[in-house]
Amino acid sequence: MNYAWNWGVLFQSPYLGWLGQGIAMTLAVSVAAWVIALSLGTLIGVFHSGASGVVRLATGSYINLFRNVPLLLQMFLWFFVVPELLPKAAGIWLKRELPHPEVVTAIVALGLFTASRVAVQVAAGIAAVSRGQSMAARASGLSTIQAYRFVLLPQAFRIVIPPMTSEFLTIFKNSSIALTIGVYELTAQTQQIQSFTYQGFEAFTAATVVYMTIALMVTTLMTVIERKVSIPGRTARG
Amino acid sequence: MKGRILGLAAIGVSLALGVVSAARAQAADAVIDRIKAKKSISIGYREASIPFSYIDAQGKPTGYSTDLCIKVAATVKTALGLSDLEIKWVPVNLQNRIPLVANGTVDISCESAVNTIGRQAQVDFSSPFFISSTRLLVKSKSGIAELADLKGKSIALPINSVPERLIKSLVERDKLNIRIVPVRDNSEGFLALSTDRVDAFSTDDILLFGLRSKAPSPADYEVVGQPLSYDSYGFLVQKNSTVFLSLVNATLARLARDGELAKVYGTWFEPLGVPLSAPLATTFQIIGIPE
Repeated sequence: MNYAWNWGVLFQSPYLGWLGQGIAMTLAVSVAAWVIALSLGTLIGVFHSGASGVVRLATGSYINLFRNVPLLLQMFLWFFVVPELLPKAAGIWLKRELPHPEVVTAIVALGLFTASRVAVQVAAGIAAVSRGQSMAARASGLSTIQAYRFVLLPQAFRIVIPPMTSEFLTIFKNSSIALTIGVYELTAQTQQIQSFTYQGFEAFTAATVVYMTIALMVTTLMTVIERKVSIPGRTARG
Repeated sequence: MKGRILGLAAIGVSLALGVVSAARAQAADAVIDRIKAKKSISIGYREASIPFSYIDAQGKPTGYSTDLCIKVAATVKTALGLSDLEIKWVPVNLQNRIPLVANGTVDISCESAVNTIGRQAQVDFSSPFFISSTRLLVKSKSGIAELADLKGKSIALPINSVPERLIKSLVERDKLNIRIVPVRDNSEGFLALSTDRVDAFSTDDILLFGLRSKAPSPADYEVVGQPLSYDSYGFLVQKNSTVFLSLVNATLARLARDGELAKVYGTWFEPLGVPLSAPLATTFQIIGIPE
């Protein structure tokens, strides 16, 4: 292969700075989207597990819609199509007035997409808590909200920590799709370094190492959390 | 007398060495070896680089650059005596075309790559077959005529492209308050302009003419502004594949000499309302080197 390797390029100005900005943007987009995903996903998961009729239909529709449409398409729809469907003033506000429209759109799109996946995990976790727990909670006089808050959710969350770790890891990797609507996150900055220096292999290797480091840190963090909160003799370790 | 004989001998030896090294170069040309071994040539094409290289209604790669490369393939076929040479079409994009050519996945990338010194560190370029300038596509009634008119407004630029770098540096140099919206490709740039997300989209003017001609109502859009650059397009080939590169350039030279190049140009560019410009006509004369 005819390729002039030059690893030094990664440590030169401004390329090192670009990598740093890319990492910061990836972390910001992913963590902000994760906050949306975790809160909205938990809410939808709880309703989905407990409710019936219209509420279950609504939560089920949300899950099916957001889980089944490819994320790339969702990003595109939120960024280009939604502002056209809204009333003209709202559309213009989204396109022109909103600060950093691409970043906000990416966070919302990624958050809503991941929320549907979190909802499924939470609902599965609640379903995995033995039925006796719920009955016992009601028998001891707890309201529905209290039963979820003090009995079901604490157990369900412990059960779903391993699949939730995967979702948390996935959100960092999925954040790279934000580059398709113009967010300069890690992958986009990597491509920019490639475009300026033509040292694509070095830049992409650096990005790979960064993504892996983030993933390993998240895995370690989640393992520590899992160990800290585990109830001896109750929850199987994943 | 003796000195002269020695001199002649030296010339003879160096000529012989030259022939040997030329032969060795031919044997060591990675692209030629690959084409011989696979009995196929892989040509890189783009999905939406109109009218250079794009997908037609039947989903097949077509365009000005694509046509020229089919002729390159014919030259290679004759030169190597491969009667069953097959063309493999490989889709490339702005981000992967240079790595794909450098690592040998693509033998020749035939689309709209601007020749730059930076890029020459990784790939070699053929003779220029087109000259383009960076200009602006705007809505007709916007009243924007130059980059400076965009103060306080926004412009879409294709992410990681030569025009992106140029406009960014002009914006920085002149301290223009212009918001830059990076877009993934030309069709998204046009989408951003047509939905009023931005006030202008900038890239090579010929691509802008192409986008305009494909718009639902072309009269609503205008290509404006002074040329901000002078960019020559070349085909990308792997570095140090001199034998292959000279076959490519010889094809272009022959086409330029017998007027075929201008004819192919006419088929693709006259429908867009872009006649052969004076600089390009001169370029065709320059690349039309004799046999």
